[in-house]
Amino acid sequence: MKVTRELVDSVAHLARLDLDAAEREAALRDLTRILDYVDALSALDTDGVQPMSHALRLQNVLRADEPAPSMAAQDVLQNAPERKDGCFLAPRAVE
Amino acid sequence: MTAYEMVVGLEVHVELATRTKLFCACSAAFGGAPNTHCCPVCSGMPGALPVLNRRVVDLAIATGLALGCRITRHTQFDRKNYFYPDLPKAYQISQLYMPICRGGSVQIDVGGARKDVRIHEIHMEEDAGKLVHDPWTDRTMADYNRCGVPLLEIVSEPDMRSPEEVVAYLEKLRATLQYLGVSDCKMQEGSLRADVNLSVRPVGSEALGTRTEMKNLNSFKAIARAVAGEFRRQVELLQDGRAVRQETRRWDDNKDTSFAMRSKEDAQDYRYFPEPDLPPLVIDEAWIERVRASLPELAEAKIARFQRDMGLSERDARALTAEKPLCDLFEQTAACCARPKDAANWVMGEVRAALKARGLAPDALTLAPEALARIVLLTAQGSLARDGAREALQAAMDASPDAPLDVDAFARAHGLLLARDDGACERAVREALQAFPAEVARCRAGEEKLVGFLVGQAMKRMPGRGDPRRVSELLREALRAPDA
Amino acid sequence: MQLTDLTALELGAAIKSRACSVEEAVRASLARIAALDGRIGAFITVCEQEALQEARRVQRGIDDGSLTHPLAGVPMALKDNLSTRGVRTTCGSRMLEGYVPTFDATVVERLRALGAVCVGKTNMDEFAMGSSTETSYFHPTRNPFDPARVPGGSSGGSAAAVAAREVPYALGSDTGGSIRQPASFCGVTGLKPTYGAVSRYGLIAYASSLDQIGPLCRDALDAAAVHAAIAGADARDATSVQAPPLPPLGAPDLAGLCVGIPEEYLGEGLDPQVRARVLDCAQTLRELGAQVERCSMPALRAAIPAYYVLASAEASSNLSRYDGIKYGYRAAPRPDGEEDLTGLYARTRSEGFGREVKRRVLLGTFALCSGYYDAYYAKAQRARALIRASFDEALARFDALLGPTAPTTAFPLGERLDDPLQMYLGDIYTVSVNLAGLPGLSIPCGADAQGLPVGAQLIAAPFGEGTLLRIAAAYQAATGHHRRAPKEVG
Repeated sequence: MKVTRELVDSVAHLARLDLDAAEREAALRDLTRILDYVDALSALDTDGVQPMSHALRLQNVLRADEPAPSMAAQDVLQNAPERKDGCFLAPRAVE
Repeated sequence: MTAYEMVVGLEVHVELATRTKLFCACSAAFGGAPNTHCCPVCSGMPGALPVLNRRVVDLAIATGLALGCRITRHTQFDRKNYFYPDLPKAYQISQLYMPICRGGSVQIDVGGARKDVRIHEIHMEEDAGKLVHDPWTDRTMADYNRCGVPLLEIVSEPDMRSPEEVVAYLEKLRATLQYLGVSDCKMQEGSLRADVNLSVRPVGSEALGTRTEMKNLNSFKAIARAVAGEFRRQVELLQDGRAVRQETRRWDDNKDTSFAMRSKEDAQDYRYFPEPDLPPLVIDEAWIERVRASLPELAEAKIARFQRDMGLSERDARALTAEKPLCDLFEQTAACCARPKDAANWVMGEVRAALKARGLAPDALTLAPEALARIVLLTAQGSLARDGAREALQAAMDASPDAPLDVDAFARAHGLLLARDDGACERAVREALQAFPAEVARCRAGEEKLVGFLVGQAMKRMPGRGDPRRVSELLREALRAPDA
Repeated sequence: MQLTDLTALELGAAIKSRACSVEEAVRASLARIAALDGRIGAFITVCEQEALQEARRVQRGIDDGSLTHPLAGVPMALKDNLSTRGVRTTCGSRMLEGYVPTFDATVVERLRALGAVCVGKTNMDEFAMGSSTETSYFHPTRNPFDPARVPGGSSGGSAAAVAAREVPYALGSDTGGSIRQPASFCGVTGLKPTYGAVSRYGLIAYASSLDQIGPLCRDALDAAAVHAAIAGADARDATSVQAPPLPPLGAPDLAGLCVGIPEEYLGEGLDPQVRARVLDCAQTLRELGAQVERCSMPALRAAIPAYYVLASAEASSNLSRYDGIKYGYRAAPRPDGEEDLTGLYARTRSEGFGREVKRRVLLGTFALCSGYYDAYYAKAQRARALIRASFDEALARFDALLGPTAPTTAFPLGERLDDPLQMYLGDIYTVSVNLAGLPGLSIPCGADAQGLPVGAQLIAAPFGEGTLLRIAAAYQAATGHHRRAPKEVG
């Protein structure tokens, strides 16, 4: 897997990370090394093997549709850096 | 000039009528002060975990069964990752790889032609929060009350070819969901939302054109207008030799036009992957049968029953079932008064007209079926005249649902009851004849049109209470008699 | 004999018999932290006032007979990714430096209910990503056996606190070895329970399908008691289950037990001294009556790449919620006053997360991208299934597997910080256990020439914690490695 600067930039953007020039170079170097190593996976024969998403073989864990009290709004907002009129405040979200 | 046709598919989101949210026990009820229906789970606090609401799965299966879908036996949830302030976890728990239902269809009827609009898939997902622009700070305020409210997304195949078909599909789908009790489908509260995917192509062509997605459609009327408008826009582009761009557009119903939403600077990559916090769902035959056994009667079955047991025409039966609130009113009224045909006429006629006059949607109806049944019965018996019955209906619609109108008391108090006793009528007729001897003579001489005048004079003498048919009968008898 | 020299169960018994009060036990712990932690750095937050207040409440409960658990009144510490209501929970990150949870994690609730007293929150690698506790935003933690060396990680603060006798036990979390490897480096007993045995509710997620909470203790008896106290199904965690209760540890011998040693655990990269101590441990198990045999599990070679792909992918999603809107760090407004949403997100996350977290978020984001998902994420999930199948097969034959916990003893601070791959390779013996969802236990089995502890790892089938603890208890009854205390801080 060839890691390019463009790939690093697009992945960083998807992850909402701003990388400065040094961090970009470090990310390029680290990802290249790690992916070189991870590429060993491609040699593994996994034909017919089902992907495993969960460690436990559990199924159908459900709850009844019974309401329970919610939190007080002030507790919901307790850790918010900025709030107004019971709401979280964020920069203007564009359409 | 080339003739074009539209190719339309819909993505319909419905909020489910559960008591609690999809993954936590917070109330799913509409409204509430900001961030008062929230807990660590739905507000995305670190360390909180989702637990699936069984009722959501039951309702999804019920919807699938009603629309003839295949129920996916091994299903699971996936995370859809994107950053936006209405999504506190920065991922939406949804279903990509194994939606709970696939296939199925909705049968529509436009201008007498039946057509099946195929369903591509139905999946379960959580709703996002509400963002409001704060003009004072020019910032966005986020309220997470709607976060985690359960949704079904019902994705159709691109099978619709006209605004009428689109509206017919939505009406039929809404009625079905309402009969199932899956959702109240109130567009004004956002519990039913539709996104329109539309492309155009030359008539006869099999290839699909470039499609646009349209959002912000707040009523069926707006959807019909938006579909027609977007069709025109795309056809004009193509006729000018320009291309349709694949984009998301926002419909502005006031301006009767759509605008391209500011295109995101990059293509979205939602990086879906199986939700590790939720074990998979295995839906066996027994579960499906349990849901099937609990399904209420759906529209097609009702249409058949209304014709078979109540003697309604197919046309009336279809019209009645198109909107569940009206259909419920009809069934309950018919059960109270045992006059299904009259009840049907009242619901489809006077009640619908009254709703329209008030600018109300059928789901805002609070008319008590007992009151309507009494009006139907009194009218049929001849105790209420049309005008009086209308007046009673208005009063019954004004009454609060907790204190329905006592129709008999109202009619008595307002003098609406028709006098059935012949004594009063005979007295009035006698007085009229005595007051207008010349006219009586001309009548007897054969001036038929004066009969109406005399009936009117008799009616005047018993204002509001006379049964015109009875008065007319008595008057004619009196005119035939040799000496009145 | 000082109170801080007692194991958790011994201290609980002393409290129950009125040989000491809860307050004395808690003060002894706080005093030792005050005396030593400047040099160790095991704690991010010490809750002195809360702990003393709690000590009085618990004492009343013990006095009135409402608190009878063997651990009632015993002080303990919690890794700082376990949510504590009213006490800041940082995950070792600038991102959550001032975050104060509004609720307790289920494990915290359970321990509080039986009368445990939390004296503080322990240091960790940022968001549990690391094997040395050097990626903490606050400060590194030092190994009590040699302060120039790391305590392991990511639960390095919990391991060091127990090793330095600051607390008799602590909780940690283990996603790829984060309980067992620091237990090994610090000479304590660390249990990573079966996935699902302990509720994760309130554990700030790193990789949801791998994370599990467990105890770091002075011996297997304490580990059994703490595990029993925190385990069990929780309606708030859909991946938690009710396991059968632990059997009594009972018999001092291991007759009838079959233990396998996978060749893959003794291969290239293993320090010869570690290898020798682990084989000594195998010999002791034989002497205790167990049958010990070599076996082979070639699928384990895929464990490290599969783990780093899957854990990073889940982490990239789990850590997306830290965006500066709801809680935690928010970047300062731009000087020009122009603020756009995406810019605020990116600056907040870039300033709030440290290097290793960003590295894994990038790797995980990449692995989930539409063009790479099949080759990386889905492939790693398939490798995971093969690893699980390989363990299923081995554990059908053996009651438990034995190997080293880590390929080396504690390494010097700073040695691997700039070499992520070398750091990752140190997890070679632990990550496969998380991928398969199995219970794993690290026990001290001696020391290298420099006196640094060596850990042996035992692995069992799902919900085989009883087997692991029984072997460990018998081993610890026959040997004294687990009782060796660090001299440097003593």
